[in-house]
Amino acid sequence: MSRVGVVARNTFREAVRDRVLYNLVFFALLMMAAAVLVGQISIGIEEMVIINLGLSAISVIGLLMALFIGVGLVSKEMDKRTLYALLAKPVRRWEFLLGKFGGLLLTLTVNTAAMSAGLFAALYYVKHPLARADGVALVAIYFILLKLALVVSLALLFSCYTTPLLAILFTAGLYVSGLFVREMRGLHGDKLAPAVQTFLRWLSYLLPNFENFDVMASAAHGRHIPGTLILHNTAYAVLYCVIVLAAASAIFSRRNLR
Amino acid sequence: MPNAAIEIESLTKDYPFGFLHLKTKRSLEGLTMRVEDGEVFGFLGPNGAGKSTTIKLLVGLIFPTAGTASILGRPISDVAMHQDIGYLPEQPYFYDYLTAAELLDYFARFHNLKAAERRARVERMLKKVGLETARRIQLRKFSKGMLQRVGLAQAILHDPKVVILDEPMSGLDPLGRREVRDIILELKREGRTILFSTHILSDAEMLCDRVGVIVGGKLRGVGAPDEIVGIKAHGMEILFEHRGDAAGEVATLLQTATRTGNRYRMRMEEAELYATIEKLREAGAQILQVTQIKASLEEYFMHLIEADRAQAAAVDVSGK
Repeated sequence: MSRVGVVARNTFREAVRDRVLYNLVFFALLMMAAAVLVGQISIGIEEMVIINLGLSAISVIGLLMALFIGVGLVSKEMDKRTLYALLAKPVRRWEFLLGKFGGLLLTLTVNTAAMSAGLFAALYYVKHPLARADGVALVAIYFILLKLALVVSLALLFSCYTTPLLAILFTAGLYVSGLFVREMRGLHGDKLAPAVQTFLRWLSYLLPNFENFDVMASAAHGRHIPGTLILHNTAYAVLYCVIVLAAASAIFSRRNLR
Repeated sequence: MPNAAIEIESLTKDYPFGFLHLKTKRSLEGLTMRVEDGEVFGFLGPNGAGKSTTIKLLVGLIFPTAGTASILGRPISDVAMHQDIGYLPEQPYFYDYLTAAELLDYFARFHNLKAAERRARVERMLKKVGLETARRIQLRKFSKGMLQRVGLAQAILHDPKVVILDEPMSGLDPLGRREVRDIILELKREGRTILFSTHILSDAEMLCDRVGVIVGGKLRGVGAPDEIVGIKAHGMEILFEHRGDAAGEVATLLQTATRTGNRYRMRMEEAELYATIEKLREAGAQILQVTQIKASLEEYFMHLIEADRAQAAAVDVSGK
């Protein structure tokens, strides 16, 4: 196993032993309650309600995990000084960072997969058999994973040079800003100076575009999601993560561990 | 000249501090020294002297402001060199959700060892540091001494040629310190080079071929333990037992001694030793122990610090 893989495996093991995956119990209870209740209060839109609720829960739980565990990936190791013995081994700092990123991504993938199974079980309960259109929810789940990868990379970047609290604020701030990039590009009119408009347009291209990953409405209505969007989002997330992780490595490789 | 396992040349480290990190504090100043192949080298100094800074520079946890250093002929910036070094951090702390065996296996994986070899080494190391019965206990339940032993095990797990230990005896009880000393001596017998930091002179005396004394970020001397610290007998001390009354000269002697029950502790110049013993024996005292009084390391450090202050004051007065 490569050194990156060794760190990733340990990061996953840490999440499991620290009972991070216990959130699945909450999700399971939510889905069971929704499946039972939705049949009683909604007529003909059970599927839409379940998919909307399920995808929202998967997204929110994933985001909270990506944010709060992500900022601790490096800072916790530095605070507890567990990193000292590790970096004295033949491990490059970028390998450590990539391993931490991979480990948390693996944790989020396993968590998301388990929640997705719960979502489809609830869906099956209110409407069986499942239709081919329900598969669109899988694409939405994949997009949520891409979004989580981006959030983890940002959290990792900020945790390389600032305190966990500030890293949470910066990452959350970027996430929220990234939900409004289309609005930023569309800001025109007399109220804004041309220089500000230009600045906002440039900023909107620099910010991570999280709007692209939101296909929850399409999934709830079983609308087809074009393959080009899947390709585009995948390429965008991979490229953005590579750039952010490269920046994180550059910062962390120069950091003194006092 | 024998080969140097560790070679340090004008190593300097400044730490930035204050608003926007505009000010700097010098933690290590122009350190130049060598640790020869196969020797045990003790790095002595009070807290904050620059011992840990030097060690962290050597293992790549921090980066030098100026100067160079190499281990086994390779620069410290070369991460591949870490294959040949073992490091025990000061007051080590490890992933507490792992067991001792899991932690060692985790670290062993970075050294490209095959699974069977890895398992064998983990077992051997656990036995070596006396933790074979605690192999399945999570580290969060370990005492400080047990963590120190796991730390030692991970440092030597991969058979390193150079072992760097930062305060390996710190916080250990006498038994734990003895065990760590025994391990260091065993490593020395195996021909490894060992650099360890300490502020306990007796540890250095017992283990080191040479010591380097560092105070205020500057190296103040390198040599054999007794010669570098300049340990000379400051006098002699007799511990004796005396019952009953004493009269005449012996009574005068007893007045200068410190009494605990029937036992007395008395200090004198070396030249007066034999005459005093003779007088005490004639008075019926039982001599229990005769020891040399040596300067403590603390006294030596204080002497160096005072000398620094005096020099700084002199420079201040002369306006230079």
